[in-house]
Amino acid sequence: MKVLFRNVKELVDLATSENKLISELMIEQEMLVTRRSREEIMKQMDTNLTVMEDAVEKGLKGVQSTSGLTGGDAVLLQNYMKKGNTLSGTLLIDAVSKAVATNEVNAAMGTICATPTAGSAGVVPGTLFAVQNQLNPTREQMIRYLFTSGAFGFVVANNASISGAAGGCQAEVGSAAAMAAAAIVEMAGGSPQQSSEAFAITMKNMLGLVCDPVAGLVEVPCVKRNAMGAANALVAADMALAGVTSRIPCDEVIDAMFKIGQTMPTALKETAQGGLAATPTGRALAERIFGADFVKGV
Amino acid sequence: MKFKSVFDIIGPVMIGPSSSHTAGAARIGLVTRELFGRQPKWAKIYLYGSFAETYKGHGTDIAIIGGLLGFDTFDERIKTSFELAKEAGMTYEFIPESGHTEHPNTTRIVIGDDDGQMELIGISIGGGKVEISELNGFPLRLSGNHSAILVVHDDMPGSIAKVATCLAEQNINIGHMEVSRKEQGQMALMVIEVDEPIDDHVLKEIAMLPYITQVTKIAE
Repeated sequence: MKVLFRNVKELVDLATSENKLISELMIEQEMLVTRRSREEIMKQMDTNLTVMEDAVEKGLKGVQSTSGLTGGDAVLLQNYMKKGNTLSGTLLIDAVSKAVATNEVNAAMGTICATPTAGSAGVVPGTLFAVQNQLNPTREQMIRYLFTSGAFGFVVANNASISGAAGGCQAEVGSAAAMAAAAIVEMAGGSPQQSSEAFAITMKNMLGLVCDPVAGLVEVPCVKRNAMGAANALVAADMALAGVTSRIPCDEVIDAMFKIGQTMPTALKETAQGGLAATPTGRALAERIFGADFVKGV
Repeated sequence: MKFKSVFDIIGPVMIGPSSSHTAGAARIGLVTRELFGRQPKWAKIYLYGSFAETYKGHGTDIAIIGGLLGFDTFDERIKTSFELAKEAGMTYEFIPESGHTEHPNTTRIVIGDDDGQMELIGISIGGGKVEISELNGFPLRLSGNHSAILVVHDDMPGSIAKVATCLAEQNINIGHMEVSRKEQGQMALMVIEVDEPIDDHVLKEIAMLPYITQVTKIAE
């Protein structure tokens, strides 16, 4: 398969030499690979954006999962934010609440758009709809945000992993947060190189994050990990826009993530056998939800 | 490259909670259903690795049944698939296995009705994408890098040529192809990896050819 870029270096080099946005290269590659028109591709992403908007709207009204483990935190955060006294800033708490909203809807078996997975679906839309208020992007720029995220996610998925079962949470929320950081930078007017720095800085701070869902549900700690993924992405984007760079190149960080995932014990890769799932409270919750037989298996 | 499209990353649009354990599971169920070609009366679903450990929590069971009922990943009917299976007259059984598999999210699905049965091994590789590694005991050596067409057919002279001609007429290039059969003159399987995306109308044209029993596509 002929592609325009196979790693972040190729992506950044091409964007820089041709003076194109990363989102533009992702769109062009999609046209090349799928032989579809730009209009069709933009339209499909527009549809996905609408799914994300609907999910956030639904989550901000308040939802509850069947298990009762998650739901309602997005509402708490929005109410707190609207009082205007947040310590970490309105934009950041807005992003966090919208990431949480999306994942609460996901946990309640609502409709979401995986970015790159369902368990990590909150970070990209959460950050997008928060920076939207400050940067006032056009609809096309919002769609481009998703293509920029997708370009970096494409590299991670093909060169490492985006599966919690294969690589731990670092592969899911870690990837999502890093993808979002790169997209924030492009939307804020940063260079392709700065996008890659933001990606690397975020991913470096997500390395080693295990996948240890209580009762095997995509709820605890997944919802709050999306919250922190969004916060991580925003801070890393600001760092990159300030001119901070990563000493370890982006592609090497991705490779490190992959290798850490390979050596991570199975108990910490979406099997609900270790970490928070194996705590006394984690086990008790699992027993309450599924009964003693299920927990014995765990 | 396992992931070809940006919509493998920003997508799919799906019912939560897990792309690998819910959306991927639904897709494996749907591919199984499409290959069987009709509503199965019964299903035995063996689960391995992370699927076996966490299937209840992720709704993997609900999703596979939804797929077997013909629902896609974004179909809200997945949520009530157990009740809908009852209405459709399909019984099912989930069997978590302790055996080790190469990929953590693996399932072996055996379905059937009065007219026959089918067995398939499916793997959810992340982000909602799936691979099929075995069909009715035929190992499928799919690279996962290309779109693939699976054709179940009678082992008769000319059946392969007709499918190849049909693809050529659609200007679709075959990158890799394997044919296998159980016994001479019995059920056979064509696995065709192609370079181009496969439109549904191509599948319909192949399905209308003689000796063809079922057609489906995967790994697009």
